[in-house]
Amino acid sequence: MSDLILTPNIPGADDFYAELLATHEGLTKADSDALNARLVLVLANHIGDRAVLSAALQAAALRKEDAA
Amino acid sequence: MNQMSDKKIFEVPLYAYQRSPDQDAATPARRKVVIIGAGPVGLAAAIDFAQQGIEAVVLDDNDKVSFGSRAICFAKRPLEILGRLGCGHEMVEKGVEWEVGKVFFDDRQVYEFNLLPEKGHEFPAFINLQQYYFEEYLVNRVRAMQETGAPIEIRGRNKVLRVADKGDHVNLLIDTPEGEYPLEADWLIACDGAGSPTRAMMGLDFVGRVFEDNFLIADVIMEADFPTERWFWFDPPFNKGQSALLHKQPDGVWRIDLQLGWDIDKEEEKKPENVIPRLKQMLGDDVKFELEWVSIYTFQCRRMEKFRHGRVVFAGDAAHQVSPFGARGANSGLQDTDNLAWKLKLIMDGTAPESLLDSYDIERVHGADENILNSSRSTDFITPKSEMSRLLRDAVLDLSEAYDFARPLVNSGRLSVPCTYDGSPLNAPDALAGGPARTRPGAPCVDAPLGDGFLLKKLGDRFTLLTIGADAPEALDVDGIALDRLALEPTEAVAARYLGDATSAVYLIRPDQHVAARWPSYDEAAMRAAVARAIGKE
Ligand SMILES: Cc1cc2nc3c(=O)[nH]c(=O)nc-3n(C[C@H](O)[C@H](O)[C@H](O)COP(=O)(O)OP(=O)(O)OC[C@H]3O[C@@H](n4cnc5c(N)ncnc54)[C@H](O)[C@@H]3O)c2cc1C
Repeated sequence: MSDLILTPNIPGADDFYAELLATHEGLTKADSDALNARLVLVLANHIGDRAVLSAALQAAALRKEDAA
Repeated sequence: MNQMSDKKIFEVPLYAYQRSPDQDAATPARRKVVIIGAGPVGLAAAIDFAQQGIEAVVLDDNDKVSFGSRAICFAKRPLEILGRLGCGHEMVEKGVEWEVGKVFFDDRQVYEFNLLPEKGHEFPAFINLQQYYFEEYLVNRVRAMQETGAPIEIRGRNKVLRVADKGDHVNLLIDTPEGEYPLEADWLIACDGAGSPTRAMMGLDFVGRVFEDNFLIADVIMEADFPTERWFWFDPPFNKGQSALLHKQPDGVWRIDLQLGWDIDKEEEKKPENVIPRLKQMLGDDVKFELEWVSIYTFQCRRMEKFRHGRVVFAGDAAHQVSPFGARGANSGLQDTDNLAWKLKLIMDGTAPESLLDSYDIERVHGADENILNSSRSTDFITPKSEMSRLLRDAVLDLSEAYDFARPLVNSGRLSVPCTYDGSPLNAPDALAGGPARTRPGAPCVDAPLGDGFLLKKLGDRFTLLTIGADAPEALDVDGIALDRLALEPTEAVAARYLGDATSAVYLIRPDQHVAARWPSYDEAAMRAAVARAIGKE
């Protein structure tokens, strides 16, 4: 059983979201895609826990069977 | 292809054809072990058998070392096996040792690494050596053994045309420059390479994955002051969208791999007028070089479902093929025969049941799967197959320049490490609480310095009862297996590699230097049971 948090966990959610958008601002689609890929890797490394990472990959895939 | 004027080793016959008395026998001669293929794996197998007193005849359709740019990188475990076979040091003396690697992305170096090899081993972590030297030194070893009367023979220009398993022996039909002759073998070892005609003759499978990509492999001779390092480029300016590798070999020869993509005309790309400009772009205009040879390869990862079929046993590329990223081909082939020779010897002596060979299948299929997994992953990183896979790959490389964390994700080939036979039926459960994981049952023994030499050399090729700070009898006979005790002082290296948190240990070591069982202290009943298990009697 993993400890992936799927309930609200970011204080100041609107601020975070705005910062995420701002980081992408002015970038081409290709540069934005590259930034997202780097972001995923940076976050994944920070988490480190393999079980949590697997759970996160499953959660992001939005597969029906995982939703239950 | 070769542009050199003086004769190179790959141009002279190493084992010229000679008529064998078997060709004039009234009834087909019967040999104990016949090996098809005098590549690295077939030669190592023959030496191993002959060293244990078993007659071995190697048949090869050629009379020279293998042609084309092939293996250059040999890892510690195969060197240790060669040490046991009596030709490890020749390889190391000739070979180039390296520890530093550099990774480039686009037009810049993103990072540099040092393998920082562990101290206290007889053999280095890796050497680079041309496959033709590797094969030559094996042949030299065969010749030296022949001089002392060892039952070993290489028959050049003996092409196997037909193979038939007769249940208690195998029939062969062989073609030579002087016509065909039949031969019988108690056991046949097929080391006839990735295209194995034996596999085809027996109608056996060879399934897996072909990577839709071509690589130009060039060995060039140059006087250049590039350091002795492994340089790998992702997407370099001189080979846009592809990869490249530069690695040093002995005699001023450099290996260059250039990824070419799928949609190319192989014959065109191989022509010097196309190869030379490519290399000039990479090396710079003022570097003088000569081509030793150039080949183009498409890589595959595949294996047979089973390596043993009755009295025919497959080893090396004939049984499994991997892409060369990570240098696992010849390296793992040597581990096949290391695993096979002692088992077959015990079976031939009547000491072990024939079912012991099932463990060859289990253990080496496990090894092949590990290699295929690793080399497929490297290939997927080096040659991304989708837009997203390239995006993630490039993200890893960009991050690796700025942050350490991303460097372990960069995969330009995970260099060959030996396989641990976890879950093998020959292992006894690990009974040494706190023992190091790297020497658990199934693992190959880790070398360690002893006062007067090295551990692996002392182990040799027989079962050993190893003790560290524990009492045990000096010798024990279990069902025809004579165990000798080797008592070690718990030096720092020995303790770190064999005791861990335990204060004493007793190990049962197999003839291929893999751990079969371990305990904190000696118990005769447990030892007897573990030996029986390790020879397939349980
Ligand atoms: C570009 C490249 C780079 C590589 N780099 C590495 C590396 O760095 N490290 C590494 O470990 N591996 C590497 N490899 C893989 C390595 O070369 C092979 O794994 C190795 O040669 C396999 O040895 P083998 O003895 O199983 O087969 P082979 O070397 O293919 O030998 C088979 C032999 O069987 C003979 N034969 C075939 N059919 C018959 C017949 N009918 N009758 C009689 N004889 C027959 C052939 O003449 C040949 O001599 C590389 C391969 C390539 C292509």
